[in-house]
Amino acid sequence: MTGFAALLRLFLARDKWMILAWTAGITLLYWSQAISIEGVYQSQHEFDAAAALMEKNAAFIAMAGPPRALNTVGGQVTWQASAFGAVCAGLMSMFLIGRHTRAEEESGRDELLRSTALGRWAPQTAALVTALIANAVVALGVGGSLLGYGLPAQGSLASALQVGLTGAVFAGTALVAAQLTQSTRGMYGIAGAILAVAYVLRAIGDVGNGVLSWLSPIGWGQAMHAYSGDDFGPALLLAAAAVLAVVASYLLFERRDVGSGLFAARPGPARASAGLLRPWGLAWRLHRGSVLGWTIGLFLFGLAYGSIGDSAADLIGGSEVTKEILEVAGAALVDGFFANALLMLSLLACGFAISSALRPRSEEEAGRVEGLLATALPRGHWFAAHGVVTVIGVFVIAVGSALGMAAGYAGATGDWDRLGPFLAGSLSLCAGTLVWVGFARLLYALNARWAPWAWLGLGFSTVVMLFARPLRFPDWLSDLSPYTHLALVPAEEFAWRPVLVLLALVALLWWSAQAAFARRDVH
Amino acid sequence: MDDVIAISGLVKKFGSLRALDGLDLQVAQGEVHGFLGPNGAGKSTAIRVLLGLLRADAGSVRLLGGDPWKDAAELHRRLAYVPGDVNLWPNLTGGEVIDLLGRLRGGLDEQRRKELMERFELDPTKKGRSYSKGNRQKVALVAALSSHVDLLILDEPTSGLDPIKEATFQAAVDEFRSHGHSVLLSSHILAEVERLCDRVTIIRNGVAVESGSLADLRHLTRTSISVELAQSPTGLDRLDGVHDLVVEGQRAVFEVDTDRLDAAVGALHGFGIRSLTSQPPTLEELFLRHYGDDVAADRSAS
Repeated sequence: MTGFAALLRLFLARDKWMILAWTAGITLLYWSQAISIEGVYQSQHEFDAAAALMEKNAAFIAMAGPPRALNTVGGQVTWQASAFGAVCAGLMSMFLIGRHTRAEEESGRDELLRSTALGRWAPQTAALVTALIANAVVALGVGGSLLGYGLPAQGSLASALQVGLTGAVFAGTALVAAQLTQSTRGMYGIAGAILAVAYVLRAIGDVGNGVLSWLSPIGWGQAMHAYSGDDFGPALLLAAAAVLAVVASYLLFERRDVGSGLFAARPGPARASAGLLRPWGLAWRLHRGSVLGWTIGLFLFGLAYGSIGDSAADLIGGSEVTKEILEVAGAALVDGFFANALLMLSLLACGFAISSALRPRSEEEAGRVEGLLATALPRGHWFAAHGVVTVIGVFVIAVGSALGMAAGYAGATGDWDRLGPFLAGSLSLCAGTLVWVGFARLLYALNARWAPWAWLGLGFSTVVMLFARPLRFPDWLSDLSPYTHLALVPAEEFAWRPVLVLLALVALLWWSAQAAFARRDVH
Repeated sequence: MDDVIAISGLVKKFGSLRALDGLDLQVAQGEVHGFLGPNGAGKSTAIRVLLGLLRADAGSVRLLGGDPWKDAAELHRRLAYVPGDVNLWPNLTGGEVIDLLGRLRGGLDEQRRKELMERFELDPTKKGRSYSKGNRQKVALVAALSSHVDLLILDEPTSGLDPIKEATFQAAVDEFRSHGHSVLLSSHILAEVERLCDRVTIIRNGVAVESGSLADLRHLTRTSISVELAQSPTGLDRLDGVHDLVVEGQRAVFEVDTDRLDAAVGALHGFGIRSLTSQPPTLEELFLRHYGDDVAADRSAS
């Protein structure tokens, strides 16, 4: 373990902002649930009535977890936040582990470090401890904020252990995944799939007889019943699972060579397919995986929203805050719910869109552009090819999420007649997403270092969606988000004018980006 | 015939740093031109300007008779480039990358692709992430050498190759030149430069400090002479261009500026030459002279 302390310091120094950001996000997730319930219900009687309605909603149970003590603030917090909190802690652990183990091995930096006086187990132990520290910090944030809000101490401790220990289990499974494949993407695929299976197992279990929930670490965390019994037994189960996964990863590590995975790298085609050699072939090949992943992900998300079906109105019940966010003047509450669900899916898809629009930047940084532009490929074509694939990806994902919602709705009601409106709504919101794509591309084209600022656009639009009405933003501020101008189908009538105006803006941004990129140095 | 590359007074600034500070470089049709200089001298910057990736701040740059910035894509049909640090897409195989680059340059010679793949012993089914540095370079070299082009621009193309593959590379460059094509070769491997290059340009701090054929450049440096004479020599230290003279009885060892060699040997005649060995300057000495005072200082200190 020589060098462990030095590595740990290095990792924590590299990760401190990342850990703080995750902590802030996950803490906010729990704490905001407590805040948002306050003052919504006039009396305990009203709260009881709403809780009784929610308890019967299978779709929400599948998404969130077992409904317990929903007529208390603590019960609501646990219900609404614990599943997503566990998933977030799992994702954080996965990325922290991946970035210090497999990604370092793939880049060759690990080799350089290992050539120094460094114990064999030091790098992965330092990565593991980094992830454990991060989960501890998250647990402190969650438990501390809930306690600070005034919720019972024992339940707050249970919440802290729920999120922290579930995160630790996924740090262990990520460490196992890191031993298996040679590529970092492959490792994230395996670790992400474990996380997804854990989420789905508990969803099926929670809706059914609960057996499958006991196969999922997320289920164990929720079985601690924070604020509704506070059972600390499952915490031991989580700790044992984390230890088991970590031990397994060390055993696997001993059976493999540094730099390779237990799964041998498979050979690929010796010749390029005709598809790769087509003008957009390379760009499509590079974006294909993420377009597919996001489409499937948002299809499933849409499925969950759609399956709430016509019971959305019951669910929202007396919640004034939610009503205020969802309400669209003169529309039925169900339509308002779906319109906002589409908007939320669009904002998620905008996450894909911006990362995809910034792909040229990572290509340039990795030094893969030089060789391409030294061929007869004009630089404008290269840049445009990536852009075209991003735009196609945005539309494909929009269709996927609309289809998911329509299918979910049809599953709940047997009725496919919402497919058309969902498609119209989802596709028209693409105009807003494309504005941020254009913005991201322009920033990159002007100066690659400015490109990450593009994320501010998505952040701003999200803030506008969530807070513009409750916080009474002035119109000019809300109007800066392109989505504000688009009709919220199905709550509002579809309108061509804003779509066309935004698309004209997109064209202008596109043209400016192409012109700027033609003028600058490429490194 | 026109020069395939004609750079004069090229300036490229990065902020306040003048990476290229009035560079001149001429590469004639049909020649292999060595492009040499210490790390950070500006070789790669000059090559990126030639490729139209960087825009020149001042000076004139002509590539294959065109403007490398404005006519980039058109000109690139006629050249192939191998970077010193080849970065491949982690999820594309070497074979796919070769086909892709070939297609983007306007087509590959299939026969040549196959032959080079065998000569370089390259496995085309491995993914980019699992290639070693040398193998990544081989991917770029096979793609470049099997394209139908008139000019190769090679930026330290063999730094990761084993000696046998390096010989394969040299043979391939010879073949390429035998068709009347030209090569700009940036390299630190002096034996390779000596073996391949017709002319060289040495740059330092963004300016060309020397340019010419190797024979020309040798004339600018000193030849080592070791001589045994019939009688003890006198007055050698007064000869123009003689340095580091050591006389021990009838033996003398010294260095002489190559253009003063004749006069020095003439003077030795007067003492009766019994045996004489002369050693032309090695390429290494040639470079050390230009590569910097630091190196020279290191040498004299050790």
